[in-house]
Amino acid sequence: MNSTVTKREINLDLLRQGERSEMAALVENYSNPVYRIAMNILHSEQDAEDVLQETFIKVMHGIRHFEGRSSLTTWIYRIAVNEALMLIRRRRGNQVSLDAEVETAEGEAAPIEIEDWCCRPEAETMSAELRGEMDKAIANLPEKLRIVFQLRDIEDLSIRETAQVLGLTESAVKTRLLRARLTLREELTHYFQDSARE
Amino acid sequence: MTPMEHDHCSDLLRSIEDYLDGDIQPEVCSQLEEHLRGCQNCRIVVDTLRKTISLYHDEACHEMMPEATREHLYRELNLLDFLPHSDERK
Repeated sequence: MNSTVTKREINLDLLRQGERSEMAALVENYSNPVYRIAMNILHSEQDAEDVLQETFIKVMHGIRHFEGRSSLTTWIYRIAVNEALMLIRRRRGNQVSLDAEVETAEGEAAPIEIEDWCCRPEAETMSAELRGEMDKAIANLPEKLRIVFQLRDIEDLSIRETAQVLGLTESAVKTRLLRARLTLREELTHYFQDSARE
Repeated sequence: MTPMEHDHCSDLLRSIEDYLDGDIQPEVCSQLEEHLRGCQNCRIVVDTLRKTISLYHDEACHEMMPEATREHLYRELNLLDFLPHSDERK
């Protein structure tokens, strides 16, 4: 899958030299995904805006020391995720971690409903009602699954990059991704079954 | 339609992640595709999983931060002179 927004190639050398137009291009490339990631974790526009600003301030200050051991994308998203988690930590006064084990129950996310809704007109035109159901389903996912789905399937990171951003093993990413995908598929299947009955 | 019941189907589920991501060994891929040809339920699960992912992906690509948030960001970073107009970002 490709993102619909075309990103301008970033010149790291110019960025490290503090070239403002290059920083502006970087902001233009990454600000929407960073905002989406922050919203995904925090569910608050104000908090997401705070994280967005903190992330890019850290990027501006840290870019001279960025060694390129991970991709620029991975580095920026990791800063964003950490900023969002720190905000939650400050609010709740406790530790929040995305690398804790997800409780697994055998077969928990196994597909139950089998209904072929791929070619339903509604799945093509994306009605407001379907959009609402999709929002509800993803909001109901456990946070640890939701962020993995967001990074891999919405922001197009690879499994390896997603693991790097979240500090997880690739195997843990795959497990969580499968559970997230199956859960969302199940919810949409229920929705299409219900709408076919009406 | 009936729920997935066969052992083969459970086996498929274990490989489905790699299959969807195109990161699967050729021989496992062949076995899986052979199973999919003969099992309508699994085929439906794979198709609807793919569709689920594409629906969320396409939907999220349209989610942009509010204009005021963008402006605050550019101002905070002292980049306001580079703030593109909304019609320039298509």
